[in-house]
Amino acid sequence: MTLNSKIPAGPLESKWKTYKSTCKLVNPANKRQLEVIVIGTGLAGASAAASLGEMGYKVKAFCFQDSPRRAHSIAAQGGINAAKNYQNDGDSTYRLFYDTVKGGDYRSREGNVYRLAEVSANIIDQCVAQGVPFAREYGGLLSNRSFGGTQVQRTFYAAGQTGQQLLIGAYQALERQVAQGNVKMYTRHEMLDIVTIDGKTRGIIARNLVTGELERHFGHAVLLCSGGYGNVFYLSTNAMGSNVTAAWKAHKKGAFFGNPCFTQIHPTCIPVSGDHQSKLTLMSESLRNDGRIWVPKKQGDTRKPNEIPEEERDYYLERRYPAFGNLVPRDVASRAAKERCDAGYGVGSSKQAVYLDFSSAIMRYGRVEANKKGEENASEATIRQWGMDVVKEKYGNLFEMYEKITGENPYVVPMRIYPAVHYTMGGLWVDYELMTTVPGLYALGEANFSDHGANRLGASALMQGLADGYFVIPYTLGNNLANDISVKAISTDHPAFVAAEKEVRDRIERLMNIKGTESVESFHKRLGKIMWDKCGMARNAQGLKEAIEEIKALRKEFYANVRIPGEINEFNPELDKAGRVADFLELGELMCMDALDRNESCGGHFREEYQTPDGEALRQDDQYMFVSAWEYKGESQYELHKEALDYEVVHPSQRSYK
Amino acid sequence: MEHYNMNLTLKVWRQKNKNERGRFETFQVKGISSEMSFLEMFDVLNEQLVAENKEPIAFDHDCREGICGMCSMYINGRAHGPWHQTTTCQLHMREYKDGDTIVVEPWRANSFPVIKDLVVDRSSFDRIIEAGGYISVNTGNAVDANAMPIEKHKADESFAAAACIGCGACVAACPNASAMLFVSAKVSHLALLPQGDPERKIRAVSMIEQMDKEGFGSCTNIGACEAECPKGISLENIARLNREYIGAIFSGDSQNA
Ligand SMILES: Cc1cc2nc3c(=O)[nH]c(=O)nc-3n(C[C@H](O)[C@H](O)[C@H](O)COP(=O)(O)OP(=O)(O)OC[C@H]3O[C@@H](n4cnc5c(N)ncnc54)[C@H](O)[C@@H]3O)c2cc1C
Ligand code: SF4
Ligand code: FES
Repeated sequence: MTLNSKIPAGPLESKWKTYKSTCKLVNPANKRQLEVIVIGTGLAGASAAASLGEMGYKVKAFCFQDSPRRAHSIAAQGGINAAKNYQNDGDSTYRLFYDTVKGGDYRSREGNVYRLAEVSANIIDQCVAQGVPFAREYGGLLSNRSFGGTQVQRTFYAAGQTGQQLLIGAYQALERQVAQGNVKMYTRHEMLDIVTIDGKTRGIIARNLVTGELERHFGHAVLLCSGGYGNVFYLSTNAMGSNVTAAWKAHKKGAFFGNPCFTQIHPTCIPVSGDHQSKLTLMSESLRNDGRIWVPKKQGDTRKPNEIPEEERDYYLERRYPAFGNLVPRDVASRAAKERCDAGYGVGSSKQAVYLDFSSAIMRYGRVEANKKGEENASEATIRQWGMDVVKEKYGNLFEMYEKITGENPYVVPMRIYPAVHYTMGGLWVDYELMTTVPGLYALGEANFSDHGANRLGASALMQGLADGYFVIPYTLGNNLANDISVKAISTDHPAFVAAEKEVRDRIERLMNIKGTESVESFHKRLGKIMWDKCGMARNAQGLKEAIEEIKALRKEFYANVRIPGEINEFNPELDKAGRVADFLELGELMCMDALDRNESCGGHFREEYQTPDGEALRQDDQYMFVSAWEYKGESQYELHKEALDYEVVHPSQRSYK
Repeated sequence: MEHYNMNLTLKVWRQKNKNERGRFETFQVKGISSEMSFLEMFDVLNEQLVAENKEPIAFDHDCREGICGMCSMYINGRAHGPWHQTTTCQLHMREYKDGDTIVVEPWRANSFPVIKDLVVDRSSFDRIIEAGGYISVNTGNAVDANAMPIEKHKADESFAAAACIGCGACVAACPNASAMLFVSAKVSHLALLPQGDPERKIRAVSMIEQMDKEGFGSCTNIGACEAECPKGISLENIARLNREYIGAIFSGDSQNA
């Protein structure tokens, strides 16, 4: 099978415009006959389901939480990018496109990324119209801030709760469609397989998580908007329930998995405090606008941070990357922190942490306030207080979050932070129309691999999720469903549904019948440790080979010894988790295989064997300028397909933030 | 922060499903670190139960950072426990000391039936939003985002109301099990913005009607909701909702506003 990305011909700036004006449309009467299943109600799923409902399709939407509003997107903090150039600082569609391609270390498709940059401005318009209360200036216009990897201010935000506000906007649009009968919502439901008839996806098998019953649902098309798989590492900034199951089941039914090893490790998270740790909490990248990152210049320094004088602090990002300083992209910042800690300069009791310090920002803002008030002679304490008030207004909820977790006051003592797994650039391979390699099956949002290459820039996931859902799929789905208008709804008594349901039931029964002695949680933790140690921030061939064997052995042990209490036909969170961990145990192996196969470093994928003399990622463009798309061929059997990446506009170069 | 370990007695509500009667069950947990979150303490207890071949305690949770609104424990008589403006998942064990007894119950309200143990059904909240908690704008119909400036203080006030996470602690804390704080937060969020203005009357009326239909109690200005709300949603929103509602009813155009 050859991969066809279906990028429209023509110059970059006109590809999407041409597509939109030439794609096939479905008339209103026919839309009412066409049924669409949407898995997930995060930014991607909620925006898609609402938009398709408005257009007149019959939509069924599913989520595993008790309400669509609780999807993991709710937790996004810092902001959403858009090329509005409201700050008049030189931003443009092209610059957002360029930053994203460069930030992704030249491993994404130009055509997709340009489209993303192009629709970004519409997203902000749409959200404001829905009532998303973005931060504003005193003049009443929208406010912006900077994020890593860029030199313009194009990030829109709502305090540290941008994801929440955007999702609530999309959720409300979704509920409006539910009220109008265009969307039927299934909460506390988990999709456990897709159903394929005559080579096309025609439905799903879902489990009602309250009663445990299996259900069959027909759809002319299925959209997977099921989020990322960072929880394969056990500890991550993702919500506890985030998982790969929907994508993985699709993968096993023929959808290729793109760049599975491309994982983003976020530089600023609250460090692990002990074995009990169940998740890690992000401290938004927006903090790097004002916080300065440092470690002591002396190895193993045990003094308290405030006792270390200025000249004995190493602001290592400012030192190594003077042009971007604390605002280098995430992969660069994370590796630099690891490098300092590995070299013995880490702080805190575990020594696996660095400081994120706001004291200079507090004094700087305080002085601005003093000037505004005309109080040049204000005391240092007063200036500090005013500065703290400004910082509180900008980041208050993040500071509170930090204090609740650590018991330390970050206005006074610098935050301790360390990198943590955050986002997965990899995901189901999709073409320009967001269709996977299985006809009729689409993937949107973090669940697909599409736009971020080997590293995602901050504030670009929210942008991508909403671009996919509001502005891309309404066109591309129609272009394909136009061929399906004569297909009548297929009965769920069709043998394909019966067979798929039986498969799901057998899998569940197999898990329940193991009746071993070790908890699901324990297996998940063990998998996470292998992944973090050997397929985490730095990888090497030897470690990856070991990891593959260890994961295989762990999987065997899981199927021999996992203990799942309770029954199938009841509310049983342990069973839900067992199914998800079973899939992670397969995915982890593929991630290691992919990382082993890619003999280069790029973006978040850092192979220790491939680095420049000063420790930067060293790409091998002559050999690896492609997307790795893996086809499932049976347990531990995967075939690699390559989609070559052609750069027609941007010229890939060694990324430099110096 | 000095770390310490503690042993605790937990009295937790157990209920097999919505039809069966529930009861408290008592557990001992040992070696709980003061650095754990409250839910991590429950993880330890559940691991212990699995090891003893017993059924773990079902509880709702997802983000574990105070934003999804999924966690919902009623701890020693308080929704989300003792910390001010904190969700259950953000509560940390340094609040407790060795030998303490902690009683944990689900949200209790007729409109939030128990599904299992500490898990309740809050779908009534979604239905209230469905009744009108939105601005009617289709995708693709928007004008430029800066075409309509909004005073900063209004946008900030709207944001403060929009910060509601839909957790239901206000209902659980209220002796009448009223959902007024939740409803008022949504009505305020949208009424404070010019975009929300055209539908403000019908919105207030429809959402209140749905709230009554779901069987939530009436508001008698007790203020327990505000005190226990993890997001600091203010009672002023309830006053605003009352004004909106009365304005709509008396203007007589709540149906076609
Ligand atoms: C702490 C944090 C902060 C972040 N901050 C930012 C930021 O500031 N800016 C930015 O751009 N990005 C940010 N991100 C990244 C961004 O939030 C996510 O990438 C994005 O929200 C993903 O959206 P999504 O719609 O693809 O999936 P999600 O929001 O993860 O939604 C997945 C949905 O799928 C459902 N689902 C999954 N599996 C199944 C199944 N089998 N059956 C049924 N339903 C299923 C879930 O119920 C859920 O509704 C942040 C991420 C984290 C973790
Ligand atoms: S008003 Fe407060 S307590 Fe009530 S649902 Fe919203 S956040 Fe929860
Ligand atoms: S688990 Fe999300 S708010 Fe507590």
